[in-house]
Amino acid sequence: MSRQTIPYDKPLPALEGLTAGFYAWCRQGELRFQRCADCGTFRHVPREICAQCNSFAWSWEPSTGRGTVYTWTVVERALHPAFVNATPLAPVVVEMEEGVRLLGNMVDCAPHELRIGMPVQVEFEAVTAEVSLPRFRRRD
Amino acid sequence: MFKDKACIVGIGETAYCRKPGSGLGEEALQLHAAVAALHDAGLSGSQIDGVLAFPNVGKCEAFAASLGSENLRFAAIIHMGGAAPVASLRLAAMAVVSGAANHVLIPAGWNGYSGARVRQTVTTDKHSIPGGAIAWDYYLPQGLTVPPQWYALMARRHMHEYGTTHEQMGAVAIAMRRHAQLNPAALMHGKSLTMADYLASPMLADPYRVNDCCLETDGAAACIVTTVERARDLGKPPVYIMGAAAGQPYPADEITNRKDFHRTGLSIAAPEAFRMAGVTPADADFAQIYDCFTFEVIQQIEEAGFCARGEGGPFVENGAIELGGRLPVNTHGGLLSEAHSLGIGHIVEAVKQLRGSAGARQVADAEVGVVTGWGDFGDGSIAILRR
Repeated sequence: MSRQTIPYDKPLPALEGLTAGFYAWCRQGELRFQRCADCGTFRHVPREICAQCNSFAWSWEPSTGRGTVYTWTVVERALHPAFVNATPLAPVVVEMEEGVRLLGNMVDCAPHELRIGMPVQVEFEAVTAEVSLPRFRRRD
Repeated sequence: MFKDKACIVGIGETAYCRKPGSGLGEEALQLHAAVAALHDAGLSGSQIDGVLAFPNVGKCEAFAASLGSENLRFAAIIHMGGAAPVASLRLAAMAVVSGAANHVLIPAGWNGYSGARVRQTVTTDKHSIPGGAIAWDYYLPQGLTVPPQWYALMARRHMHEYGTTHEQMGAVAIAMRRHAQLNPAALMHGKSLTMADYLASPMLADPYRVNDCCLETDGAAACIVTTVERARDLGKPPVYIMGAAAGQPYPADEITNRKDFHRTGLSIAAPEAFRMAGVTPADADFAQIYDCFTFEVIQQIEEAGFCARGEGGPFVENGAIELGGRLPVNTHGGLLSEAHSLGIGHIVEAVKQLRGSAGARQVADAEVGVVTGWGDFGDGSIAILRR
């Protein structure tokens, strides 16, 4: 029996600059955020300098991967052709323990069970050989 | 400070349509509106020496070339999406008062139906979308590809924090629809909307239903700004710009990491505009509020200062934002029920109201009106106008 791989047709991040760094860690199954080497502030999305102290010094520091749902939506009708057969989608904004917020889809939650404040844990879905996207799963 | 030193002297608009489409290119569409505005003002194209075009749908130089504006000396595009026309109104006031230009044209319009409908369009240029590379790299891969999905995150959080309800969002949709029944040019003229209809409307991106969303339409409008001195020689009664301001949320290019999730550009702009105007929100006889989606009307009513944060939901209930209510909002039907003219239509409607030429939907004795713009990830603009 022959098997055919269906090419991934949804939007992918451009693996350039600081974004390449963020997703390279995701590809390794690790969530890391930039942290200012001078004042210690975590930041996301990636930026060249620290908005707190304007320092250029930073490093990728591990996240606990834990957070709580800050807000959410459920996309019932896609307005992008690649997602037409992927609905309903449940994108959530998660407030991580590091104080930054990260957007990702829930993988194990029926839309009607979504709640602000719900504790979640990050995981990663390898959507292509190069790109793994952060997703969220409920935790107790 | 330009309080009462600049004014709107001309407005123009095309017909609004969905099927079969305008049949015109977006530049031609806007030129029809621009020429109508020139006629309204009693000006010729050669007298236009400033143009503030809308991002991605036109070039200042092209408008000037077609209109015979041989002395163009002030041209800019403000990259604030739907907040651009009102932000341009403020910039135009600054320009004419400073002497940088005498007569500034602000056109906006597009083929939002026949040209590039949202669901049929796949963005290939990451810099052409709000937030640019950030949306491309962090939102689109998670299936959040268009504004109602992005803004739904704000609406949902507001519902959580303040108890805002679907029915309150429905009240906004119904108010705009009722106003459209008094506006023969509105695309939803003749099409009523009840709360039952609203609640039965299919969910797009929770909490937004189809009926929470602006129309996709073809059409254009334009206005012309000059100084109060120059306006004396023109045909129409001037509409004075009492105050105007623009602002950005922080960070403007990324929605999810705002410390204060509901602080938008308008939160910064509104106090400045009212201070300049020397009036308060309670002095407004009407407000034309950029209504891309219903919740954004509630949010802007709060951030503009018509009520406190969290009180916008109750504010819009019981017909309070309908004609005859305490603050008639979007008397033309707005983006939700007239047409999506990128925000310039809200300025045009405010001018009609302050000229007393709004026909069946005229706000009695309207003296002071507010116009807002909302764009991209919450950029804001506001103008306070008087007759």
